[in-house]
Amino acid sequence: MSDRLKIILLLLPAMSVIVLLFFGGLLIGLMRSFNYMPVIGLTEPNLQAYINVFTDEEFYWSFLLSFHISFTSTLISCILAVGAALLLRRAFIGRAVINFLFQLNLTVPHLVGAIGILYLFSQSGVFARLAAEVDLIQRPADFPAMVFDPFAIGIILQYVWKEVPFIGVIVLANMQALGENYESVARSLGASKWQTFRHVLLPLIFPGILSASVIVFAFTFGAYEIPALLGANYPAALPVLAYRSYTDVDLAARPEAMALAIIIAILSAVMIFIYIRYSRKRVRS
Amino acid sequence: MIGQDGLWTKTFRYITCLLLVTWLVLPLIPLAIWSVARGWFFPDILPRMWTLDAWRYALSDTSGVLDALWLTIGISLAATVLSILVGVPAGRALGMYKFKGKEVIELMILAPTIVPGIAVVLGVHTVFIYLGLTNTVHGVILVHLIPTLPYMTLVMAGIFSNYDPAFEAQARSLGASPLKTFWYVTLPAIMPGIIVGGLFAFLVSWSQYILTLLVGGGRVVTLPLLLFNFATSGRNDITGAIGMIYILPGILILTLTAKQLSGRSGAVGGFGRI
Repeated sequence: MSDRLKIILLLLPAMSVIVLLFFGGLLIGLMRSFNYMPVIGLTEPNLQAYINVFTDEEFYWSFLLSFHISFTSTLISCILAVGAALLLRRAFIGRAVINFLFQLNLTVPHLVGAIGILYLFSQSGVFARLAAEVDLIQRPADFPAMVFDPFAIGIILQYVWKEVPFIGVIVLANMQALGENYESVARSLGASKWQTFRHVLLPLIFPGILSASVIVFAFTFGAYEIPALLGANYPAALPVLAYRSYTDVDLAARPEAMALAIIIAILSAVMIFIYIRYSRKRVRS
Repeated sequence: MIGQDGLWTKTFRYITCLLLVTWLVLPLIPLAIWSVARGWFFPDILPRMWTLDAWRYALSDTSGVLDALWLTIGISLAATVLSILVGVPAGRALGMYKFKGKEVIELMILAPTIVPGIAVVLGVHTVFIYLGLTNTVHGVILVHLIPTLPYMTLVMAGIFSNYDPAFEAQARSLGASPLKTFWYVTLPAIMPGIIVGGLFAFLVSWSQYILTLLVGGGRVVTLPLLLFNFATSGRNDITGAIGMIYILPGILILTLTAKQLSGRSGAVGGFGRI
């Protein structure tokens, strides 16, 4: 059997799944967003759904909110994860405990973390009760709104809780594969601790951080259940907005839901493309 | 190790470590307490009364929690097995061969990790309506392949890029059948990858919410769907108990396979390859 045929046969099952389910799903979504579906007699495509989406003010607020959620959670998670990985690669007593908790956290679904954040940070949650105990607040309403709030603090807290271990485990694996020789050389040549980190270690672990943060950014931009549970009613995150119009009793809203789905897909692809281009340039310079 | 650490550095390290440990377990604590609390209202720091009622309800036959648990385990296992069957050959092609258009194939397989599920599932739902796959367990298992397959393929590509096919050729030249060669030579060599990739696939499927909700149409009730419903209906005690049940399999798997997942294993580092 030639290599060519072997490769085709090996790839065939996976490509069938990806092309039929994933790209097929996207394509059907795209067709329906133009209100074009010959099977059910819709033969005249139009742009009405997109016009409706783009003339609705909530869409822009939703986009800003979703972008803010993804950007802020990815940035905070990356910084904390690199810090945690630096802490963890030194041998000391706490390391085994944190290492285990990191992996434990990886197995806990986002939804459980979101409920935990809700019980911790809501206005009658654990922290509000602690504040009442030391007489900082009298009533639950005195506690600052950190869930269902317009700044999505609770959502971001949940993502940071969940993604620091995810990025941390990947960065730690990279650091351990590298060893400390490069840094030792830099230090012996007179580089400060910060210089060693910025100009030796960071560029070396950057590919790992980049791919992990791309996954985190994409996930936090497109996840539904966390903003659905912890988010404010208006503006809702983009995925919540799409789900709402898809399940609207008015079936005429379905093309709008499809248009939103396509816009979400395009936006996340474009943002990730820009992010990868920009950050590669920054680190090389 | 670089340089000698002063007392200040050490203290700083212990304090950050303590903060990190606290933060990592913190959200799980109120869930655990709620599951054994009765009427835990503001401003009580701890519940006034403790009870196992929520657990009794969750574990009873009438609540449907156990049914949901078995269903979720079944769906995730099926999605994992399918991911392994489909992802291992694809990983072999991507890890061992160089060919024209390889980058495009890689990009296509990775695309589902970048494009949000909600963007794809609305179209999939439309197709599944015509195929009669909506509101069925089969449909849910199929749609779970979208997020699980990329991880499986990725991990296997990493394993196969360090794999030497000469062992297979040797076994064959010594008279082993292709099946025997696969069973005794290939499989043991790629087993660590299958375990790690399968674990990822299982956990990714285990935590799916929106794909199950839309394709299952509310008829396929997995644990996350049940958990979300109780969380939004304000039954904090039952939510706590279901939450604990929901995270249990992950913890079990972790303790059984902790070695494979540790930072030293090559498979996790494979993420740097994307």
